[in-house]
Amino acid sequence: MNLEKKKRYFETDPEVSKTDANQNNNDFEVYNIKINPKSLKRKPSHFKNKNDGKVLKKKFSGKSPINPEKLEKHSRGEGIDHNNVKHPLHAAKLKKRENKLNYAQKQAARSEILLTEQQGSLVVEEGVKTTSISQKTIKESVDIAAATKIFDLKLDFGPYRAKYSRNGRHLLLGSAKGHLAAFDWVTKKLHCEINVMESIHDISWLHVETMIAAAQKEWLYIYDNTGTELHCIKRLDKILRMEFLPYHFLLATVNEYGFMSWLDISIGEIVSHYNNHLGRTSVMTQNPYNATLCLGNSKGVVSLWSPTVKEPLAKILCHKTPLTAITVDNRGMYMATSGVDRSMKIWDIRNLDGPIQDYRLRSAPVDLQFSQKDMLAVGLGEVVEIYSNCCTQTVDRPYLRHRMAKSINNFKFCPYEDVLGIGTSNGFSSIIVPGSGEPNFDALESNPFQTKKQRKEAEVKALLEKIPAELITLNPFDITEVDVPSMKEQMEAKKKLLYLKPKKIDYTPRYKNKGKTNIARKKIIKDATRKEQIEQAIEAKKHLNLPTDQNIPKQSFGVLNRFVPKPKIKK
Amino acid sequence: MSNVKIKVISRNPEDYLRATKRDIHKLPRNYDPSLHPMEAPREYVRALNAVKLERVFAKPFIGNLDGHRDGVSALAKHPSRLAVLASGAFDGEIRIWDLALRKCTRNFVAHEGWVRSLCFTPNGETFVSVGDDKTIKSWKAEIQTPDDEEPINTLLSMSVVSGVTHHKSKPLFATCGEHCQLWEKTRSEPIKVFKWGVDSLHHVAFNLVEENLLAACASDRSIILYDSRESGPLRKVVMELRSNSLAWNPMEAFIFTVANEDYNLYTFDVRKLSHPVNIHVDHTSAVIDVDYAPTGREFVSGSYDKSIRIFESLKGHSRDVYHTKRMQRLTCVKWSLDNKYILSGSDEMNIRMWKARASEKLGVLKPRERTALNYSEALKEKFAHHPQIRRISRHRHVPKHIYNAKKELCTIKEKNKRKEANRRSHSKPGAVPYVSERNKHIVKEDE
Repeated sequence: MNLEKKKRYFETDPEVSKTDANQNNNDFEVYNIKINPKSLKRKPSHFKNKNDGKVLKKKFSGKSPINPEKLEKHSRGEGIDHNNVKHPLHAAKLKKRENKLNYAQKQAARSEILLTEQQGSLVVEEGVKTTSISQKTIKESVDIAAATKIFDLKLDFGPYRAKYSRNGRHLLLGSAKGHLAAFDWVTKKLHCEINVMESIHDISWLHVETMIAAAQKEWLYIYDNTGTELHCIKRLDKILRMEFLPYHFLLATVNEYGFMSWLDISIGEIVSHYNNHLGRTSVMTQNPYNATLCLGNSKGVVSLWSPTVKEPLAKILCHKTPLTAITVDNRGMYMATSGVDRSMKIWDIRNLDGPIQDYRLRSAPVDLQFSQKDMLAVGLGEVVEIYSNCCTQTVDRPYLRHRMAKSINNFKFCPYEDVLGIGTSNGFSSIIVPGSGEPNFDALESNPFQTKKQRKEAEVKALLEKIPAELITLNPFDITEVDVPSMKEQMEAKKKLLYLKPKKIDYTPRYKNKGKTNIARKKIIKDATRKEQIEQAIEAKKHLNLPTDQNIPKQSFGVLNRFVPKPKIKK
Repeated sequence: MSNVKIKVISRNPEDYLRATKRDIHKLPRNYDPSLHPMEAPREYVRALNAVKLERVFAKPFIGNLDGHRDGVSALAKHPSRLAVLASGAFDGEIRIWDLALRKCTRNFVAHEGWVRSLCFTPNGETFVSVGDDKTIKSWKAEIQTPDDEEPINTLLSMSVVSGVTHHKSKPLFATCGEHCQLWEKTRSEPIKVFKWGVDSLHHVAFNLVEENLLAACASDRSIILYDSRESGPLRKVVMELRSNSLAWNPMEAFIFTVANEDYNLYTFDVRKLSHPVNIHVDHTSAVIDVDYAPTGREFVSGSYDKSIRIFESLKGHSRDVYHTKRMQRLTCVKWSLDNKYILSGSDEMNIRMWKARASEKLGVLKPRERTALNYSEALKEKFAHHPQIRRISRHRHVPKHIYNAKKELCTIKEKNKRKEANRRSHSKPGAVPYVSERNKHIVKEDE
């Protein structure tokens, strides 16, 4: 059951790939042998171990088996069946490729042994619930360095929004009353602190921690890490929510009037700008798996948007009441939505048919957030509840509960840390949620211990690999698949040829022959184009193999056939 | 509540930061796919960048060797030393070059009239040259004493000699002219003479694997196969136009490629000469010379249209085209034995050195560089069929005359096709049969 839920939607049959994974456990070796059709049919007898017959007690019994779950994690979908390939050479090539891919998958699964850190956990005695464990208890039982991650900031300027940078090292705070602060929250070193003297609706880190975007009362501003204003983007006005898409270098925004815009921050151009016709929507999140935007409107509909398509890629009626929050997990599998009706639903975002889980809460959630390890934080007024493993099974009580004496504005899980940062009505508080973060980061992807030089290098690399905005689709693996629809389009185009009228040609001779009429020549040319058109249509007909009328056997009435009306022949 | 065991992520910075500034940075990796989202589009962008960079770095021309006072007529590569090249010119001069220094080490007039052909002996100590003066001369490859400058051996042939090739292991070489003749160094008379009709042969080549087999191109448009152990020629195939030169695949004994006057190259299988295995098109004028890469996967051809093309041996169209403003009609091309360079001799007295793979970096590669290149190579292969990537990787700039000639050839081909179709549609079914392109250019095969 668990495995099934983890499947991607381009993998069709879970059973088959499971057996595949088990088969892959058998050790295989790669021999560099020229393959001919004969050798494919023959059983490779000489590959067998010579000691097969003898009874030998081996000290070393080959490579250790791989945990099938780990193998499944690194799977890139099931392979292509090479039995259907007709040519033996291509079949052999395909098989070789499959072997390579399987080998890579295994090596990736085996490399997990090299990971140094372990995931956080909370172990209690049998029968004791973890819900009631307070931050105070946690603080007492963890080491000093970890205990410093629990802290509270009391700030005066009204409800705060908080966002962590991609590597989880830096924190950005923006308040509705204009207070903007950026700091390294681990060392508590302040980068900048300014008051923009305007309301701030949303904030976002850009691709590096030296640039900050703030959606202020009128326009979008970009500041650097000393608080200097770099840009004021007046084309983006009255913005309510922002999301930064790091691999595309796009700052996706939605404004008060329902205009959505994607700003390419590497070249400063607006890639796409259109109205979503949903009215004022302040519930927005991105799907990190495919970089689409999820908007929730007041009618309870969640719609997915990409910059190239001006209509939603998909729409789901999630709740019958206005939505209060949406969140999508890191692997793009689950979406959690909540409505004013105090319900929270978990959806499989790739299937979109019916919620997987439906929870009823004590009050309507203010915010929802998935952590890297799929824990779900739910903000209920002054309480934040964290559910663990709530997508695949229905849980009856939260994993942790934290109560504060101030109302929650928003919260974010810190990437690569067991920390939840909460922006509240009067400040910011950071709490520890054991087991919520990914313990092992990939330094080439995002590195919390990045030096300045590394950051600069990574920036250049990332800019070189900027994904064009056109590639934002529901399935990010579209690009590796065969372009089937365009084949369909080709057929459509051919079909159209059949019913096309010959185009009119405007015949004006280049050189006028004075005194001679060109009527005859005109006719010839017109006839020629018409003939060409007809030929094309015939050709297209041939390609399409359209059924012809004559081949259809008519119902016979015997002698009475003469009374059957004859089809009129058009002249 | 006392028995709570809590573990949270708490990293010691010392484990993640380098100890000293001289150290390298620590880069812990985690290959979990959820940490690397959007794998496919990112790989696509990388492939796009890689293929663009490949075109940016495609600078194949390395340098030229000038010194000849007339057009270069023949080239010969040393069998064991990469830096040694012998070249003959239309004025009878032979030059020995040091390719590493790009300098001529020795030059002398060997023949009256053209130097028709050159070849090294398998040990590399001597080389043989044939000229228009009907002489076959052997020379020392290196000179120690002044005496070495004179030919070791001069053989006088009764008839014209226009090509020479050496047996791979035996002290035996073959010349062609009026007939194909087999010589031994010690004898002044040919040990064997192969005749087949009255034709003049202009190119001969020994097979490199099946060592006793040799093939010659005749001016009566035929390609003739001989066995040096037998008394008569084996087989011949007649084509529509004459073949200018011939190269054996060094890896597959039964495959050879001929450069034909009809702008194409034809790859034949010895076992079935009735039609070619493959036709390599793209040149827009007669192909003069062809030479295989030592891997047998690729070959290079030089043409009268002032361009060099590189073909993959299994493909019909060229992989790359090299040209410069100054390079005139090609007379000879050679692929170096380290599979890295191409040498070309042309009408305007220069020998040019090219890289075999235009964007390859010369010199030693660091391991990181190599893995990066391998990675981008794999990506390019993976996304090779995407329209953008294919367009960029196939894009070549060609001189206007080639561009126009190509367009012209295209219209001619279309015209022929149309004409044939018209004839077919206006005649009795079956009267105008479909002839495949591969069979079109072969007139007959004789045993």
